[in-house]
Amino acid sequence: MSVATTKQPAAAFKRAPGGPRRFRINLRQSGIYIAFAAIVLLFTILTGGDMLAPQNISNVIVQNSYILILAIGMILVIIAGHIDLSVGSIVAATGAVAAVLMVNHDVPWPLALLITLVVGGLIGAWQGYWVAYFGIPAFIVTLAGMLLFRAVTYNILGNRGIGPFPDEVRTLANGFTEGYLGNIGLGALGGADLFTVLIGVVAVGGIVVSQWRSRAGRARFGQVVEPFPLFVAKIVAASVVVMFVIVQLARFRNLPWVLVLLAALVLGYSLLTNRAVFGRQIYAVGGNLQAATLSGVKTKAVVFWIFVNMGVLAALAGIIFAGRLNQANPTGGDQLELDAIAAAFIGGAAVQGGVGKVVGAITGGLIMGVINNGMSLIGAPSEQVMLVKGAVLLAAVAFDVWTKRRAGASR
Amino acid sequence: MSDVILRMRSITKTFPGVRALDDVNLEVLRGEIHAICGENGAGKSTLMKVLSGVHPHGTYQGEITFDGQECRFGGIRDSEHRGIVIIHQELALASNLSIAENIFLGNEQAKRGLIDWNRTNAAAAELMSRVGLRENPVTQVLDLGVGKQQLVEIAKALSKQVRLLILDEPTAALNDEDSAHLLDLLRGLRDEGITCVIISHKLNEVLAIADRVTILRDGRTITTLDAEGLTEDKIISGMVGRDLDHRFPPREPRIGDEVFRVENWTVHSPTQHGRLLVSDASFSLRRGEIVGLAGLMGAGRTELAMSVFGRAYGTGISGRIIKDGREIKLRSVGEAIKHGIAYATEDRKRYGLNLIEDIKRNVSAAGLRKLARRGWVDDNEEYQVAESYRQSMNIKAPSVASITGKLSGGNQQKVVLSKWIFTDPDVLILDEPTRGIDVGAKYEIYTIINRLAEAGKAILLISSELPELLGLCDRIYTLSAGRITGEVPRAEATQEGLMTLMTAGQEARS
Repeated sequence: MSVATTKQPAAAFKRAPGGPRRFRINLRQSGIYIAFAAIVLLFTILTGGDMLAPQNISNVIVQNSYILILAIGMILVIIAGHIDLSVGSIVAATGAVAAVLMVNHDVPWPLALLITLVVGGLIGAWQGYWVAYFGIPAFIVTLAGMLLFRAVTYNILGNRGIGPFPDEVRTLANGFTEGYLGNIGLGALGGADLFTVLIGVVAVGGIVVSQWRSRAGRARFGQVVEPFPLFVAKIVAASVVVMFVIVQLARFRNLPWVLVLLAALVLGYSLLTNRAVFGRQIYAVGGNLQAATLSGVKTKAVVFWIFVNMGVLAALAGIIFAGRLNQANPTGGDQLELDAIAAAFIGGAAVQGGVGKVVGAITGGLIMGVINNGMSLIGAPSEQVMLVKGAVLLAAVAFDVWTKRRAGASR
Repeated sequence: MSDVILRMRSITKTFPGVRALDDVNLEVLRGEIHAICGENGAGKSTLMKVLSGVHPHGTYQGEITFDGQECRFGGIRDSEHRGIVIIHQELALASNLSIAENIFLGNEQAKRGLIDWNRTNAAAAELMSRVGLRENPVTQVLDLGVGKQQLVEIAKALSKQVRLLILDEPTAALNDEDSAHLLDLLRGLRDEGITCVIISHKLNEVLAIADRVTILRDGRTITTLDAEGLTEDKIISGMVGRDLDHRFPPREPRIGDEVFRVENWTVHSPTQHGRLLVSDASFSLRRGEIVGLAGLMGAGRTELAMSVFGRAYGTGISGRIIKDGREIKLRSVGEAIKHGIAYATEDRKRYGLNLIEDIKRNVSAAGLRKLARRGWVDDNEEYQVAESYRQSMNIKAPSVASITGKLSGGNQQKVVLSKWIFTDPDVLILDEPTRGIDVGAKYEIYTIINRLAEAGKAILLISSELPELLGLCDRIYTLSAGRITGEVPRAEATQEGLMTLMTAGQEARS
């Protein structure tokens, strides 16, 4: 046997001698989903079912869309071991840029959108340069950016809002798909949009097929796979949740366009973090910077591009945020960075970096969104909402630290 | 002079898998300068950590008597309270504080909770004059050179009413002038009645200053000798006088053509301006050859290796690298990997592994592009690769999804080696590949190294253990103070000869 061999036929792999091949549920990773389900259930009970009403589900998605987009960018920054405090100000600044282009200069909306995204990328490049190549901690660079880009926003807008936005942008931020195929009757649930339902069926089919193929591939290579009943249970649960949300949306005003956008982003960025070389390098940089450097990873470039990416996503969130209000506002997006950071940490990111998942950050963002929404439905005052959100953030990170310490002790 | 101030009796200290000290005895006389000599890893520093309470009472066996009383130190504060002060090789000064603040750090000259700065600075000035440090007490420590920082440490020790001063490699980072001054100072302190224990690799200095010398080897006391009439050769034979046993797997070298050559390689320190770490070093490696690089701590072995590996360390690097007969420029680690060069670090936890990730992601870390098509990694192929290394390298873990941070040192080292073998290198630089791992795992690592050589790789093996170099290498270079001081074929190499070369020219260091 040669040690230099890199590829061997799959048949050569035997089960590990004596090693336990038992599949274990990872509490640290699955805890977040259980918590999310529990919170939804709690508010459903407290609101007498209003939480899951068609209009409310639609609202929760649309109202939190820009936070979720920011959370996707933020989780990458945090995995790499950094932080970005400036995204709220970038949201405002890019929203202002988009408004000036579309409203004041009548630039066609697709071009204006593109320019705004590029501006977001340039802002990210500015911060990425100072963090990655100049070596200033991201905390400081983005704290400065938070002030800087807020000032830029005021400079662009003066002390007033600019609007209204073109219909297309408002539709992206706030609108729904048309009833392309008409309605179908769902018995006791009444009429629902056929197109939306079909999209749901396709999505569920996609989940089932991709999960099945991934599992089969892993099994073929002799990897540990979860027990079949658990696998089926998870797929069924995911399908039921997706179909439920889709049917409720179909009964209300069809698919929100931001949901389509979000779904594409989540899918794309999940692939990036799990499968792309670049995604792997983000984890390597956050896990052990020196080891990554000595493994040939261009660590500075990785950090730079993560900030560029954050800037572009913040610009996208900025357009949606402004489009939803139909006005770019100098105070817009204030404190959104805190929501995005909280979403990432509730979603299982580690403070030291190297750990985190896109889906986790999305779930973290939804937990916050559901708490906001649910508490306002039951008429809780806003200071109570803050209190609960703060407690949830602290509890989530405490749980993470606790499981880690326990794992360390059992070594 | 026959009054024993310190007696350490039957000290045994074990770490998981390693017996660092085995029944060590040490007697230090009042008012003498006592040197402790031994190879890297002989147990010198561990012994001093036991003495100073870094390893508290109860974590070791044996007893310590200081000034006639048995000592059971729970920590450094306890030993300092008795007047035992240790100055580590890595100076422990707060560089952004003043000299005076450093001297009285943890021992602030305060009245009712408020620091009396006049008294602090005046007392500091007095201590500084005792050690011959002519500076303003309010000068920041970071503005001082290493030599003067050392004096601050000694002044700090004096402020604690030191009676036994331990210095770990005090002159390793000093130039000749500073070293001479320091040695003079130690003689002066001896005359004031302060007992000194000094750990040093510089045998000429040991002979110049010590009254008696204790030699440690493999965690045991070999002997204590009077410095009167002692020679460097005698110390060396004590340090290395261990016989080569059957700890090395057999190998028939099949050596091919030269594949890698470094010429006139010079590296400067990235932190200390102008300091030379490697000076005009040249070496070559042939296919299928295992070449050793021997040198004491601080000789510049790692600095040489890392600077060659895509300039991963050092500044002001000059010299030529020739691979397969053509000169190549390696400006980054990525380029070095592309040119078939691999460097497995001496510090696997800090520089080698992502400890929070699993085995497969660590194995693939340096060769990820081989598993990717258009930037996308094939998970299953990655698993397959990692699994093949888990089996061929005998990594003891339930699966390649095990987190590397939870593996034993030997298995972690196998993961590091797997990572580099997967990049399919022609040249492997292995920096202390068996540091901190147990004997059984060492044998496995040796077997892997031999297998790599048989597969035609050229290997540069950096090791502090001379028997390891003698047992594995076809040729050995010695490095001393950043210079290659010798090149010895295996047949002619002896531990004594190597040690002489490794300590050669130390005094010429600037």
